[in-house]
Amino acid sequence: MNGGAKIELRGVKKRFGSKIVLDGIDLTINTGDSLVIIGGSGSGKSVTIKCVLGILHPDAGTIKVDGEEVTRLSGRKRDEYLRKFGMLFQGAALFDSLPVWENVAFGLIQGHGVDRARARDIAIEKLAKVGLGPDVANLSPAELSGGMQKRVGLARAIAADPQIIFFDEPTTGLDPIMADVIDALIASTVRDLGVTALSITHDIASARKISNRIAMLYKGKIIWDGATKDIDNSGNPYVDQFIHGSAEGPIKMEVRR
Amino acid sequence: MMDRYQHWNVFAAVGRVVLLLFAATGRLAVFMVDGVSHCVRPPVYWRLILQQMLQIGYFSLPVVGLTAFFTGAVLCLQIFIGGSRYGAESFVPQIVVIGITRELGPVIGGLMVAGRVSAAIAAELGTMRVTEQIDALTTLSTNPMKYLVTPRLIAGVISMPILVAIADSIGVFGGYIVATKTLNFNGAVYMKNTANFVTQGDVGSGLTKAAVFGFIIALMGCYNGFNSKGGAQGVGAATTNAVVSASILILAANYLLTSLLFTQ
Repeated sequence: MNGGAKIELRGVKKRFGSKIVLDGIDLTINTGDSLVIIGGSGSGKSVTIKCVLGILHPDAGTIKVDGEEVTRLSGRKRDEYLRKFGMLFQGAALFDSLPVWENVAFGLIQGHGVDRARARDIAIEKLAKVGLGPDVANLSPAELSGGMQKRVGLARAIAADPQIIFFDEPTTGLDPIMADVIDALIASTVRDLGVTALSITHDIASARKISNRIAMLYKGKIIWDGATKDIDNSGNPYVDQFIHGSAEGPIKMEVRR
Repeated sequence: MMDRYQHWNVFAAVGRVVLLLFAATGRLAVFMVDGVSHCVRPPVYWRLILQQMLQIGYFSLPVVGLTAFFTGAVLCLQIFIGGSRYGAESFVPQIVVIGITRELGPVIGGLMVAGRVSAAIAAELGTMRVTEQIDALTTLSTNPMKYLVTPRLIAGVISMPILVAIADSIGVFGGYIVATKTLNFNGAVYMKNTANFVTQGDVGSGLTKAAVFGFIIALMGCYNGFNSKGGAQGVGAATTNAVVSASILILAANYLLTSLLFTQ
């Protein structure tokens, strides 16, 4: 199932003012892979994803998707490029001015020019895929619980049949049971649709469930990258400290007193 | 020791402020050009433009109408008081109508709408920014500038002149009520004097101003909302900045436009 490189980052650097966030990221994600980037808060995980999407422009380095350089795309080419992606945001980022079904159908109506009636049917079908009934379709996002919002966010991410899906902290803010439900949903969605997935999380249990590869980001660099099953034998003290959630180890939290 | 460097700090501080000002002006200009350029690049979101016209124009009618009414009324009283010192009371209708159509209709209408609409736009877009809804638009292959900013700019430019035209009428009517009910003017004569005196130029220049103010209101709301960061506090700051900057720019633009439109 795994093919060649789908997404390729080489020497990607990004700084905000004097703060270096990404300090030369090298990362390859193969077609059909589900890669999770783990790392502490503020280690640049979100910035990495935003660079791939072109929401942020890296200061140096190249990002290739399907072998095509994408860091300087603009206009119509960029719209075309972004159609390959679906993204589930940390806070779901549903449009609160629109009902649930229009949220799910948004990419179809605006980005792909599908007419509203048909887009609604597709939206209801996608909602069913994430375990939500058609009765939810007309509710406003504010009426949903956090877990349901995440599901709607997932339905929106898969609505336009993307090739690549990004998951930004998919389980943050959910109770452990709902977190597991969402993890299972992500894992089955990725498997069934045969998409390439890139997730970022600091929830190591979630990372184990949804990925077949894990990369660890620390101080703007990828310090370890390997198969999920090998993570317990990484031989890397940073990774060990992170997956055991220990305060003792080479990673020192910068706590100012 | 420290004294030697004290005055350098003044230069550094001034320099920093000037640089920040230039940077902010530049960012605003780029934002504006981007927003305007989407007006002529398809797709055009007609539904959103109509929706925004409803928000900016129609829902501002009560507040702008009331303000215009009382402005016209008080203008009438003051001109009567001032005019009576020279025995020039009979010029009240003429002065009320040019005062309202040229200045007070667009400026007071603009300031009221700035308070109402700039704040609302900045709060809405600011919340969308901090909850990542704007990034979500991008991932759904929708350009946020085109989807959020351009419809508001277009709606602002179209709605404000219509709103001000209505405000002009209500303002003149406010003056008429005061003049006929408390100052013993003859209603028919008052109306005739008003209609004979006012020119297309008076109304047209006021409506031109209104279009510019509408643009400023929408632009400042969008710019501040779009660039807000840092949660609830950031959205609050964006809202305040939007209203303050829109109000100041309206008054400054009013002076510029008046000097351009009336001094040929």
